[in-house]
Amino acid sequence: MRKTWRTGGIVEVGLPSWIYVPALAGALFILAPLLAILLKIDWAQFISLITSESSLAAMALSLKTATASTVVCVLVGAPMALVLARGNFPGLRALRALVLLPLVLPPVVGGIALLYTFGRQGLLGHQLDVLGIQIAFSTTAVVLAQSFVSLPFLVISLEGALRSAGSGYDHIAATLGARPTTVLRTVTLPLVLPGLISGAVLAFARSLGEFGATLTFAGSLQGVTRTLPLEIYLQRETDADAAVALSLLLIVVAALIVIASASRRLTGPL
Amino acid sequence: MKPIVGVIAVTCVAAVAAGCSSSPQDTDGEVLVFAAASLKSTFTELGSQFERDHPGSKVSFNFAGSSALVAQLQQGAPADVFASADNTNMAKAVNAGLVAGDPIDFAKNTLVIVTPPVTSWRIDSFADLIQPGIQIVVCAPPVPCGSATEEVEKATGVTLTPVSEESAVTDVLGKITTGQADAGLVYTTDAAAAGDTVTSIPFPESSGVVNTYPIAVLDDSTNRAAAQDFVDLVSGPQGQKVLAAAGFAAP
Repeated sequence: MRKTWRTGGIVEVGLPSWIYVPALAGALFILAPLLAILLKIDWAQFISLITSESSLAAMALSLKTATASTVVCVLVGAPMALVLARGNFPGLRALRALVLLPLVLPPVVGGIALLYTFGRQGLLGHQLDVLGIQIAFSTTAVVLAQSFVSLPFLVISLEGALRSAGSGYDHIAATLGARPTTVLRTVTLPLVLPGLISGAVLAFARSLGEFGATLTFAGSLQGVTRTLPLEIYLQRETDADAAVALSLLLIVVAALIVIASASRRLTGPL
Repeated sequence: MKPIVGVIAVTCVAAVAAGCSSSPQDTDGEVLVFAAASLKSTFTELGSQFERDHPGSKVSFNFAGSSALVAQLQQGAPADVFASADNTNMAKAVNAGLVAGDPIDFAKNTLVIVTPPVTSWRIDSFADLIQPGIQIVVCAPPVPCGSATEEVEKATGVTLTPVSEESAVTDVLGKITTGQADAGLVYTTDAAAAGDTVTSIPFPESSGVVNTYPIAVLDDSTNRAAAQDFVDLVSGPQGQKVLAAAGFAAP
């Protein structure tokens, strides 16, 4: 690393020029497949392919379930992040590692785990059955699968924001007589709002792309459980053009989300 | 000198683009077989038999859905043999000029009803699948087992209202073995492979909807003699014995 001198202004620490070669190769590795999909699109048919009845049903279901999953993630993920960042009890580190497990778990494993929890013959299946709740093959099952894989994204994102914001302002508010709920509502949450939003955006994006856990746990039926990724996988069997067109649609949505969260990052602490 | 021939064959597979063709058509060396997923257990067993009968040979497999395999072959994947789970996908390969000679049919598969071993539903016939409240899982129409299901529905005049249409027959089976659904339609061979984790209920109308499995040597094969030997093994008495044990019907 080059030394920066205080005298006469700040000297820019430049990157070694060779670093651009592997960086460019990496960028091409990501961009080339995206370009390949663009080149494969049958533009004359594009609109009719993405507006077919099954495509529209899958798209509507995907938006609906991903929104519901994001709400679930915020409602339970924000308290989880607060406990992990501010809590102080034995076993916290182990708990943190465990709840972030779905981040590294293959989604299909998550689907199998959910099956043995909420499935008809699962851990809670009988109790749910007694209560008259049928989760198998329902849209609820899709939301559960998406929430399971997306939750750690929100938790890790918000927890990082909480840690970098620190608890200084919370302490000041408390010494001025504010009760814990008031501190949380008026000081802590407004401070980490950008982190919460980018976490929610990440969770939404992850939910939108969920495939493995949904296929394993929820099944696949048009308008009920067949989300966009499942529709793409099925279309691929017979109509490659439709699969490619729908893939582009998902890529565009994902790109918009990444751009939205990137601009958020410029203004927020995360 | 056999190991050297093997090395040459492997090199040829790697250098298919360079147009390498091994001249001594020995029945050893590597044979790469692209086969439908439902053939996994039978073909793996036949591959071991082939390697025992032809010292110095090596049979490798790529098991996947038939349509995915055709797509890979069209994109230039090097292979010696293609075995499809239906005529539609073999026809695609033939029309794309990928096949050497004519494909031959080597097995047949039919649909069967499967239920979890313990169930409160009474199912004796295909028509019993439309009882109120019963949860049925089938294959989606675009995949071969799904189009077979549609044909059975047409033949029987019974229209199913499934709770899920899966992309693969193994996903249907999974929903039954885990007790998620009450009944499903799978191939006889899948039901046989699942053993006593499911109960199979054959129904007479299934015999009208038969899936035929064709096999062929590929035009790009760098080891045609060995590839042909493998095809002969599958369609011959030894192969038929293994296939029959797994629940396949003779072609």
